[in-house]
Amino acid sequence: MDAPEEPLPPVIYTMENKPIVTCAGDQNLFTSIYPTLSQQLPREPMEWRRSYGRAPKMIHLESNFVQFKEELLPKEGNKALLTFPFLHIYWTECCDTEVYKATVKDDLTKWQNVLKAYSSVDWLIVVVENDAKKKNKTNILPRASIVDKIRNDFCNKQSDRCVVLSDPLKDSSRTQESWNAFLTKLRTLLLMSFTKNLGKFEDDMRTLREKRTEPGWSFCEYFMVQEELAFVFEMLQQFEDALVQYDELDALFSQYVVNFGAGDGANWLTFFCQPVKSWNGLILRKPIDMEKRELIQRQEATLLDLRSYLFSRQCTLLLFLQRPWEVAQRALELLHSCVQELKLLEVSVPPGALDCWVFLSCLEVLQRIEGCCDRAQIDSNIAHTVGLWSYATEKLKSLGYLCGLVSEKGPNSEDLNRTVDLLAGLGAERPETANTAQSPYKKLKEALSSVEAFEKHYLDLSHATIEMFTSIGRIRSAKLVGKDLAEFYMRKKSPQKAEMYLQGALKNYLAEGWALPITHTRKQLAECQKRLGQIENYLQTSSLLASDQHLTTDEREYFCREILSFASQQTDSPGHRVALPMHSFAQLRDLRFTPANAVVHVGGVLSVEITVCSQMPVPIHVEQIAIHVHFSIEKNSYRKTAEWLTKHKTANGVVNFPAEASPFPTSQSSLPALELYEMFERSPSDNSLNTTGIICKNVHMLLRRQESSTSLEASSGLALEDGAHVLRCAGVTLQPGPNTIVFRTQAREPGTYTLRQLCASLGPVWFVLPHIYPLVQYDVYSQEPQLLVEPLADSLLAGIPQKVKFTVTTGHYTVKNGDSLQLSNVDAMLILCPEENRAVIYSNTREKVSDALLRVQSSDKVTSISLPAAPTYHLIEFELEVLSLPSAPAAGGESTLLGVTEPHGKHKDTQKTGHCMATTDHKVSIDCPWSIYSTVIALTFSVPFRTTHSLLSSGTRKYVQVCVQNLSELDFQLSDSRLVDTHDSTDLRLIPLNTESEQCIHSRQAVFFVWELKWTQEPPPSLHCRFSTGFSPASEEQLSVSLKPYTYEFQVENFFTLYNVRAEISPPPGTEHCRTGSLCSLDVSITRLSDLLEVDKDEALMESDEYFSTKLMYEVVDNSSNWAVCGKSSGVISMPVTAQATHRVHMEVMPLFAGYLPLPDVRLFKYLPHHSAQSSQLDADSWIENDSLSVDKHVDDQLDSGSVKSRGSVHSAASSEHKGLPMPRLRALPPGQAFNSSAGTQVLVIPSKDDHVLEVSVT
Amino acid sequence: MAVCVAVIAKENYPLYIRSIPTENELKFHYMVHTSLDVVDEKISAMGKALVDQRELYLGLLYPTEDYKVYGYVTNSKVKFVMVVDSSNTALRDNEIRSMFRKLHNSYTDVMCNPFYNPGDRIQSRAFDGMVTSMMIQVC
Repeated sequence: MDAPEEPLPPVIYTMENKPIVTCAGDQNLFTSIYPTLSQQLPREPMEWRRSYGRAPKMIHLESNFVQFKEELLPKEGNKALLTFPFLHIYWTECCDTEVYKATVKDDLTKWQNVLKAYSSVDWLIVVVENDAKKKNKTNILPRASIVDKIRNDFCNKQSDRCVVLSDPLKDSSRTQESWNAFLTKLRTLLLMSFTKNLGKFEDDMRTLREKRTEPGWSFCEYFMVQEELAFVFEMLQQFEDALVQYDELDALFSQYVVNFGAGDGANWLTFFCQPVKSWNGLILRKPIDMEKRELIQRQEATLLDLRSYLFSRQCTLLLFLQRPWEVAQRALELLHSCVQELKLLEVSVPPGALDCWVFLSCLEVLQRIEGCCDRAQIDSNIAHTVGLWSYATEKLKSLGYLCGLVSEKGPNSEDLNRTVDLLAGLGAERPETANTAQSPYKKLKEALSSVEAFEKHYLDLSHATIEMFTSIGRIRSAKLVGKDLAEFYMRKKSPQKAEMYLQGALKNYLAEGWALPITHTRKQLAECQKRLGQIENYLQTSSLLASDQHLTTDEREYFCREILSFASQQTDSPGHRVALPMHSFAQLRDLRFTPANAVVHVGGVLSVEITVCSQMPVPIHVEQIAIHVHFSIEKNSYRKTAEWLTKHKTANGVVNFPAEASPFPTSQSSLPALELYEMFERSPSDNSLNTTGIICKNVHMLLRRQESSTSLEASSGLALEDGAHVLRCAGVTLQPGPNTIVFRTQAREPGTYTLRQLCASLGPVWFVLPHIYPLVQYDVYSQEPQLLVEPLADSLLAGIPQKVKFTVTTGHYTVKNGDSLQLSNVDAMLILCPEENRAVIYSNTREKVSDALLRVQSSDKVTSISLPAAPTYHLIEFELEVLSLPSAPAAGGESTLLGVTEPHGKHKDTQKTGHCMATTDHKVSIDCPWSIYSTVIALTFSVPFRTTHSLLSSGTRKYVQVCVQNLSELDFQLSDSRLVDTHDSTDLRLIPLNTESEQCIHSRQAVFFVWELKWTQEPPPSLHCRFSTGFSPASEEQLSVSLKPYTYEFQVENFFTLYNVRAEISPPPGTEHCRTGSLCSLDVSITRLSDLLEVDKDEALMESDEYFSTKLMYEVVDNSSNWAVCGKSSGVISMPVTAQATHRVHMEVMPLFAGYLPLPDVRLFKYLPHHSAQSSQLDADSWIENDSLSVDKHVDDQLDSGSVKSRGSVHSAASSEHKGLPMPRLRALPPGQAFNSSAGTQVLVIPSKDDHVLEVSVT
Repeated sequence: MAVCVAVIAKENYPLYIRSIPTENELKFHYMVHTSLDVVDEKISAMGKALVDQRELYLGLLYPTEDYKVYGYVTNSKVKFVMVVDSSNTALRDNEIRSMFRKLHNSYTDVMCNPFYNPGDRIQSRAFDGMVTSMMIQVC
């Protein structure tokens, strides 16, 4: 069995062994038939039904036909199956009874007897018929007879054991048929024989296996037996079944080893425990490694021999089954388990021997698989083989270390001895690989031969493995191999090659946050960087390691010392700096401003207290800690005013920095924090906001590609900002753990200061925190001195003392003793100076500093307030009482019929409709010590009251009613209210009807006062009155100043009653009551109550012969639509101007509703005839003002309410006037002049019986 | 029994890793980390089938000479990795499975703790105790 030199083809390899079939009888006949037979037999498959419930299989049968010999028959106890004849065939051509009787029968009997002697029942007799032969014979019996005879003679019950094959060498359908029948029979019988014999064999084998607990049982013997079965299956090309046999053996052996480990040792196993002397690896190039098989057969195999042989058989079968990847997988398992088993069995193995064996085996398996697969297949199945590659790499590495091939100096003599021993254990190279250049044997031998060769092989293997791992995405595995490689390079003193692998691995561990591997790799990297002289990187790695919690204190201190010793070194270039990231050295925990709002005025002192957590294991003396500050002047400084800042900044002033989550860096924390800034863009013309947004200032760092950042710990991007503004703190010793550092600075330029970087320097080593995030800022402001005067309450009330708060913001001005505020006095406003007035001084942050007595000196023109001395950027606050004199406010907006009162002086009266209070502004000019200009402050006082008056009539008796409304929130006490006639008419008396002299007027309420007007002579046409009342806040205690009363002046005109109008409705004659729908009579009588008076003298008055008359127009209107006035509802009457002159008018009205109905209104107007002379008197306004009569009437309705408002204007009716036609004009009588005596009377109207008619009339 | 038990977050950083104190801890860290390669491979290979069958056990990830590494992945892609000694032949697939189930249950308890932030390192004493029992208990 020579192994093929070239790789085996991947097709199924056919074994030379075939099931043996013996042939007896006519050998010549058989020889002639054999070619056809051997060709036809395997052509069609046959179903093989199996025992023990195994699945039936289709099987192509082949046979090895041999001449029958007695020796071929197995003797009792012979377990060989390969040589077992499964079927015995007797061939005969005999067609002649005589011949049969003479020779064939005897021959057959002899044959049968031999078979019987060996109890073989698998036989067949074939009778070949030949037509040609028949013709030659004379005494031919019928064809069947010979067959029948044979059947009679030999096949007692098994008539099917004799078959006929007709004309086998002819090409006829009959021949074909006969062949088919024969072949089917042959196959069936063969399979029957297989089933029977293999079944029997299996039974025997099982029996043997059951005896395994008995002493003396030998695994090797059993192995041989079961392997026989496997061979047969293989022979039948049932590789699956064959493999099962080997797997069973494998499992059985493994179980024994396990049991041995558990203390249950079998005797036979001790043999396998002999020391390992040979480690030449697996041999997979031959289907059967006879050498090893013989060792097993002779029971001389070692464990490795057995395993090797077993695996080689499994491998062969798996390759037959085209499952090469399973070979790889099983190989790895086998190699692992072998190592384990040797350990378990405590087999003594020379050091390195197993490594050799595993290395060789790995390569052998790989080469074997490569031999039967093409490149593409291999490439797509790297996942299966890469395990072997890495295992081989690992083993070669350990061999290298063992044999001193990795050390720099090369192997010493001890190493060389060991190498020689190891090579000896390999033995000689197998002949089958002797010509292969890259055989595992040669590789190993070469690798162990020299340092250089080892390096080459190791690097080749490592690179191949890394590449394979990488190609299938097993990055982590690749990195781990890479780390081994780095270790190798470090040993070989080529750290520059190691660095790449270490960085790669570290990056991987960092990305996934594996703390221990990070630490370990960093340690290796530190060593590497140190050797490479990468000082900066080394220091950085050292600082990371010094702060690493996973290292021992000693190690941490070592790395810490490394940094310190570098820092203390004298550098030749003094400007040289090594900037390292801060976070490994120390971490910024929090930051605290004093003052807490981080706002300080120019010249003020700001202190920044930071808590820094030192990560170093020992106290570190830092020369300087500095905070670099970015200064920016806010251009649009509206929000940088002191007020805004003090109000809007955070109160506590503590900024906490998130602790860096070092164990889980993943991807986030390796990125720098976002640096965000506000951005405003204003239009240049009007400074209005155009756009606003946020800008990320470190986009370039955030958006770069991940891959491009080759080294995570490279100190790139650690640019030190050189700002002019730096907060420094020198000579600080940082203890391990939290440290508090205080920076103090005096604020200079106003603006915003942003803390950007924190930097600790140790000689040339600078630890830099490149970005302080979240953003921390403090503001410095400067402020002009300022005076603010504001009322304490919402609004100041006139007439009573009111408190006003003065706030002096000193800003950059220092208030000295003797500085005072000069207030120019205003006549109508008093500044009250109580004793014991104190001013309080606050700091700008509203903390009370002190208080001082306030001195206020008043002269005629000026009130001087001496300010207490106060430092810059403080507030002085004090309160003063002011009193707006009430004399000033007039009767709000009262314009009477004649003589509109002028507004008093500079007081602007702004009375709006509704409940707004009238206000008065007082402007006070104040001279401040810090400015040459006066500050003018306007104080607005509100008049708390609104007063209205009205004239009330009862016939000819007249009353004046004054209504005082309190519009303020305060309650007042009114006292001493009086009404006086300012003209002091002697015949006029005002008799108060008010009982109480003191009255309380509550907030938002009104008080009414009434006086009766009495006169003795003819009353004057107008009355000028002044209402005055004293008032004081109801709740107030005794006031220091006497308050002036509140006054209200007004005028009442034409108050004397001239006409009495009386209306009466009487039911139709004959009825008691008015009814709806029926006409009733309305009688209006207008009576003149006085003779000619001064007020009558107007253009309506007509004089003829000492007889005066005036024209009046009456009008009956029912605004509530209760009545329908029938016929003329208005008319002009000429009224004699004499007392008791009466004019009566009769009208018809119809009530529209039932019930008590108020009478319709009767209105009187003065009827002014058109006069050419008079028209000139009409001012243009009146033409335009009155566009219709109805407007007038509407106004008249209001008249009844009693308010006397703009009454005097002349009303002219009719739009026709506008067209130029002369029209009479109407003028309403003032309310005092006409008295409606029937006002308020009602008439009872009862409903009509005929509702229906009514309804129609309404609609 | 198990010589190393690790719980690994979806993002592949360790939530919990503990090994027997007698051995070099670092070695197991490397081993578990490397095994994530195979875990990833198996998860992506099983893909949808895994979700459908709700089979969380990934089986043997890879054997080494001395250890066997087994994997398990929860539905939330949290991985459990267990390293057992190769010489411990008593541990069969079924035992490993049941150990993983125990681990999963205990992990679920940890997650149910309202004070536990998913993604944080597991510091639960109960979990620790359970892992300890897995490491010393002899099957």
